[in-house]
Amino acid sequence: MTTLRKIFLRREAGIAVMIVLFCLAVGAVKPQFLTLDQLRIILLLTPLVMIGAMGQMLVIVARHVDLSIGSMLGVSAMVSGMLYRYDATWFGVDMPWWGGIPISIVVGALLGLGNGLLITLFRLPAIIVTLGTLSLYRGLTFIISNAKQIDRQWIPSELKGLAQTSPIMGIPWIIFIAFGVALATYFFAMHTRVGRQIFALGSNPVAAPLRGIKVNQVTLLVFAISGALSGLAGILYASRWGFVNPSNTGSGFEFQVIAAVVIGGASINGGVGTVLGTVLGVLLLGCVSAALPLLGIPGTSQAAIYGAVILIALVIDRSVRQQGIASLKRARA
Amino acid sequence: MTDTAVAPLISARGIGKTFATVDVLRDVDLDLLPGEIHALLGENGAGKSTFAKILAGVHRPTRGSIALNGKPVEVTSPVVAQKLGITLIHQEPISFPDLSVAENLVIGAAEDGWFSRVPWAEMTREANRLMDLLGVRIDVTRPMRGLSIADQQMVEIARALASNSRLIIMDEPTAPLTPREVETLFAIARKLRDEGRTIVFISHRLEEVRALCDRVTIFRDGNKIATDTIGNLSDADIIRLMIGRPVKEYMHKTGATIGEVALEVEGLTLPGVFSDISFSVRKGEIVGLGGLVGAGRTDVAKAIFGVTPAASGTVSINGKRVSITDPSQAIALGLAFVPEDRAVAGIFRTLSVEQNISVAVPKQLAPGGFIRRAVERAMGEDAVRKLSIRLASLRQPIGELSGGNQQKAILARWLLTDPGVLILDEPTRGIDIGVKAEFYSIIGELAAQGRAILLISSELPELLALCDRVLVMSEGRLTADIPRSRATQEAVMRAAVPRRSTTEGAAA
Amino acid sequence: MSTTKTAPAQADSSPVRPRWQTLLIRPETMTFMLLVVGVFGGSVLSPFFLDLSYILRSFTLYSELAIVALVLTMVIIAGEIDLSPAANMALSACIFAWAQASGVPIPLAIVIGLLSGLAMGALNAFLVIGLQLPSIIVTIGTLTLFRGLAQVLAGDKSIRVPEWFIGVDKIMLAGIPLPVVLFIVLAIGLGIVLGGTIFGRNIYQIGTNEVAARHAGIRSARIKSSLFLLVGLVASVAGIMTASRLGSVRYDIAAGGELQMVLMAMLGGTYIFGGRGTILGTFLAAWLLVIVSTGMIVANVLPAVQLVVLGGLLIVAIIATNLIYSRTQR
Repeated sequence: MTTLRKIFLRREAGIAVMIVLFCLAVGAVKPQFLTLDQLRIILLLTPLVMIGAMGQMLVIVARHVDLSIGSMLGVSAMVSGMLYRYDATWFGVDMPWWGGIPISIVVGALLGLGNGLLITLFRLPAIIVTLGTLSLYRGLTFIISNAKQIDRQWIPSELKGLAQTSPIMGIPWIIFIAFGVALATYFFAMHTRVGRQIFALGSNPVAAPLRGIKVNQVTLLVFAISGALSGLAGILYASRWGFVNPSNTGSGFEFQVIAAVVIGGASINGGVGTVLGTVLGVLLLGCVSAALPLLGIPGTSQAAIYGAVILIALVIDRSVRQQGIASLKRARA
Repeated sequence: MTDTAVAPLISARGIGKTFATVDVLRDVDLDLLPGEIHALLGENGAGKSTFAKILAGVHRPTRGSIALNGKPVEVTSPVVAQKLGITLIHQEPISFPDLSVAENLVIGAAEDGWFSRVPWAEMTREANRLMDLLGVRIDVTRPMRGLSIADQQMVEIARALASNSRLIIMDEPTAPLTPREVETLFAIARKLRDEGRTIVFISHRLEEVRALCDRVTIFRDGNKIATDTIGNLSDADIIRLMIGRPVKEYMHKTGATIGEVALEVEGLTLPGVFSDISFSVRKGEIVGLGGLVGAGRTDVAKAIFGVTPAASGTVSINGKRVSITDPSQAIALGLAFVPEDRAVAGIFRTLSVEQNISVAVPKQLAPGGFIRRAVERAMGEDAVRKLSIRLASLRQPIGELSGGNQQKAILARWLLTDPGVLILDEPTRGIDIGVKAEFYSIIGELAAQGRAILLISSELPELLALCDRVLVMSEGRLTADIPRSRATQEAVMRAAVPRRSTTEGAAA
Repeated sequence: MSTTKTAPAQADSSPVRPRWQTLLIRPETMTFMLLVVGVFGGSVLSPFFLDLSYILRSFTLYSELAIVALVLTMVIIAGEIDLSPAANMALSACIFAWAQASGVPIPLAIVIGLLSGLAMGALNAFLVIGLQLPSIIVTIGTLTLFRGLAQVLAGDKSIRVPEWFIGVDKIMLAGIPLPVVLFIVLAIGLGIVLGGTIFGRNIYQIGTNEVAARHAGIRSARIKSSLFLLVGLVASVAGIMTASRLGSVRYDIAAGGELQMVLMAMLGGTYIFGGRGTILGTFLAAWLLVIVSTGMIVANVLPAVQLVVLGGLLIVAIIATNLIYSRTQR
């Protein structure tokens, strides 16, 4: 009776098959889609979303949702960008090129902690809180930057190099960073006590406190992680695109990330989600994004695809759950 | 095993519990010995489950003290109970369905830091060891979801062993199990007892208690009535102690003239819940539906009313076959249903009393499409007068009223629809004695007006005093139809208590 | 103290609160007082605030969102949420504009726009009520989808509408711009429906306790579906009005509008967990929001700070509303 297990195995296998079929189909029309160059393009589209998706997956597993990640990305990228711009005049010592990485992560973590505090302290629904902070943090980005963009010349070239130079096989550093984050999330989620408690909490929030799980602290941690990873995505945005813009940087990020997470099999009913599934979900979206220009479909249709993907994933999730319930009933009968 | 020779594992003294203003447990003294299986018996609401939950930290006692191995302890939460070595196993275990069996055994229990590694291999090994110990074959790496109830219970028992519990409380564990699963459970319980652990076993099934337990304690109306070695008590003794209360003539049944069949149910079946239920209720007749909690009585009522329609079978109202798939259709056909769980399915807690009363009669309330406040007020005042509902204002939230008055308001809601058939599901649960008597006379009057009444109740005296006939359900089947003249507490109990041997015989 | 506390516990109900007290601690009262403070503060800041026509003109900028917020209030009272109407506005405006640009006569194009809005509402209703999916996530999905489809349709360009169709906000009825009139009329209409009809009452009952509502014969699925449909329809009306006001349609009209709509409802004291709230509250909150936003513009506050204020206000509003309700109700 490992039906459910098989389904979940199938779920990840299913996404993998979808990726392959999609690539073959596109490749049949446009053979250049199936080249190594194209693979690099696809991979380059994914690192930011992948990092954000790891945090969002944990949030969704804990039965919440975080809409503010794009704005947290913006603030933390902007803080680092400002420091790069002003370091000569503001600090006696030069900020090292990598200084923005810890700074953005810490800024993001603090913003995420703010979300978590509002949610746990006042028992508010995460969706409304993060809808509010989505706006609030975006405004903050404008305020600290005085609505001015951080241009290319201020971003250290070593930082930009992370997105261009490669340690091996022409694959740039940020892709390794993204996969490193995925690996770290895997270890965190599967092999630490608190990681498992996140799954327990999402799986049965009523039972969690009865078994000694500190619900508020775990929730805070989850939102702080979501913030910290948005922060990391923020500094990598600066690296990847070479600028930080108060209005564009990170806007709409949440929808790409949520789409990737739900197509990756994380259940909106909490307790279910895997790093592998999420990685595959991110890659699938990456393939779709890369295929659009080749197929002559304007890039403007991306958002619609994300929306459709979210809805389709929700419907799939529901039918998986119903099969689970049906198999449970059969087991009882 | 004699009471004096062994020092008790648990000594409870003077335990009392009050919910709101109702005493559900009074001054209970009980010693549980190491190495015994101790049954708690009693009717529904007698207080046995409350007592068990106090031991397990689910409820805090209002009065009294508990000592563990002679030392006084405060069992403030289930987590504390677990640390003290006390585990409560619910009938339908609470678990984390998405986590593996092995994880469910230990999650939350470990004291070490947040970021310490989860020792998967060791955890799995330990879980397998416990399963071997219990002699059950469950793949501990699979998720909890999808396990049968019996297996989930085994996992709970394993969890008790993992935390080395000295006291394991099983709250009606056998109800959802098959006979073979019950045998397995009993074998394990005996084994645990022989290891010197204490098992508290809550059940309605006398045979099971007799087969398994060493001593029994009988509860009635929140009091401990007796504790004795099982061998000293006959079945008749136990049933007498459980019901014992003299049958007070709560009410005189006013002689309603019994007329045509108003509600007729034939072959109603919902697989896994109830099957082949057939009965009828005539105009002016009060038909009781007795049985134990979980026998499927409420499900039958919900099926008739269209909340959860049955899979097959027919319902006829006044001789006409009808199909009811939604409560609104039932109401249109003149049915009314006072549900068992007031807070969940009855009241709109934060809304005004008058809104709660007028909700089922939209057409009377708003003849031209707009709500007429005067009509609503008149409805409310009328109900307050007729049912003597005590309240400060019709506009106050119904949640501020006492349980009895909330229930009266719900009854008033249905009387406005002038129903031909009334289904009352535990209408007097959680209501003071004085108000109960009022309810009984109201129910009698309703029957006298020629309404058909189906009364679901777990209180035997209530059924016997009020009903013209008593139907009894057990494990999803109708097991008896007893006319008033032959209805006794013993007769109803006998039909309500499932008998393993007979069900097995029937299944064979 | 304990004796006086326990004695009434034996009585059958707690004493009723004085009428004035129940009135005073309603969230709408808070909104109204903030509105008075806002107007007063604004008039100190700038004489414009005593000029009614100036305020009315400012309101037209928010009237489309405010109109949708009225219906959204009913959805939230019924215990659901809809984050998609702002995107719906954009998509139905784009469909309308695209239709008329491809030669469809304007009246027909309007009908097409309205039907598309209704269809979007129907999609939400199907997913939330038919498939029993949580409205929070569903409408995040449909919000992305609708906005995305608008972008597919319009691209990065703006679609112009004919000259004569421009300027719904310039039409005056008794000195009041038409969109504001529409808002007021709709507020009165929905206020009567919500407060005075069985339909409205059922919305509160479903939001308070859906199980009890079903047991009392209320067809909750039907009522909730009709609310999602109504949001869809009204959003498309708002979208087409926006097209007329702006004179052209882009995919990003009403961008971020979901925040302002939810904010109007929350600021007006609608309870995020359902069962409570009034049209009056949202009506007042819409004016409050206009006063605050206009005040910030008059005071030369950066648009960015306005974003912070709006976001902060949303959070403060739900905290305050939750507190008020938990104080007055056990």
